[in-house]
Amino acid sequence: MAFRSSSQEGVAVTGGEIRKAGPGLIALFAAFAKMSLAGFGGVLVWARRGIVDQHRWMTADEFNETFALCHFLPGPNVVNLTFVFGSRFRGLAGAIAAFSGLVGPPVVIVTILAALYQRYGEIEALRRILAGVACAAIGLMLSAVFRMMTPLFKRRDVVGLVVMTAVFVAIGVLRLPLPSVLLVAIPVSIAISFAMQRSAT
Amino acid sequence: MNSDSNPLVALAFTFALMSLFAVGGANSAIPEMHRVAVDVRHWLTDKQFADVYAISQLSPGPNVLIVTLIGYSVAGVTGALVATLAMCVPTAVLALFVSRFLARSSHARWPAIVQAALVPLSIGLMAASGLILARTSDRTLAAVLVTVGAAVLASVTRLNPLWMLMAGGCLGFAGLIG
Repeated sequence: MAFRSSSQEGVAVTGGEIRKAGPGLIALFAAFAKMSLAGFGGVLVWARRGIVDQHRWMTADEFNETFALCHFLPGPNVVNLTFVFGSRFRGLAGAIAAFSGLVGPPVVIVTILAALYQRYGEIEALRRILAGVACAAIGLMLSAVFRMMTPLFKRRDVVGLVVMTAVFVAIGVLRLPLPSVLLVAIPVSIAISFAMQRSAT
Repeated sequence: MNSDSNPLVALAFTFALMSLFAVGGANSAIPEMHRVAVDVRHWLTDKQFADVYAISQLSPGPNVLIVTLIGYSVAGVTGALVATLAMCVPTAVLALFVSRFLARSSHARWPAIVQAALVPLSIGLMAASGLILARTSDRTLAAVLVTVGAAVLASVTRLNPLWMLMAGGCLGFAGLIG
């Protein structure tokens, strides 16, 4: 997708419709810093809002396609998305600008919090507060798990549910190392999906 | 592996490797972070790990920032930066190459199959994350009630999650969670 890199600042003609040329490096940094600082408990919602609704840098379909790619690749999804997005507009420099915006400001905040924690973490009141926050944060994660599981139940995806449970037991209960579990689980799961798709068509 | 001598090398190696196995995002890697940071390398205690997770949820930004906190507790500001970059950069570069490759070719079928195959894996990993964190944090009935309450509220309302974290913090401060 190099159609924007060849266009001048101002307007670019894509597919017969006129739209604004891609953002510059500073605009990329600022936009991603803003989305990131707004994002408590995940940045994805804000990234969609910023990129699709506010700046109109991508259509909803382009965004979904790019996110799907970044979701099936390993690593922090939103970081991957930011990197790929930035590079589409301004090459490697764009990727670095967007990435710095996404990660830079929150890293500063979190490092300050880490320093405070190291210094005052033993204070009883703070320990109690963090214990309460942790309990609520675990609840938020469980709700995300349920939301993702619902489609599997609705589709009666027995294979998916079995794979899910097997990974949960291997990692959560037996505490096996992640790499060895995935080296078995990924090929098995892909083979089953592939076989099911074949038999369905 | 001679990575034990230098903590920065150990951090870089640990998280760069881990990121490649983080199927479905940073939250999927929490069990592995716990295993390595608490059980194998003894960088943090169980309780510190739970605290660090709470702090990462309290701050804005992507979920990956829990790695920044682990890095800081191992080797200060440098450790924080090394851990963050190690967790982010290798997979981001990989994503860049794959997206360029896919933009040129049109093998649109296999990514969909791979994706469908990976979704149950990442749900299983996130559920394991929940279990591992709950084992440390949810030791009293009140704590379990807060977790269940937050899970239900987050599932049935569109309340900003920050409110639930703050409510949990207030209940903890009041000494109700123990």
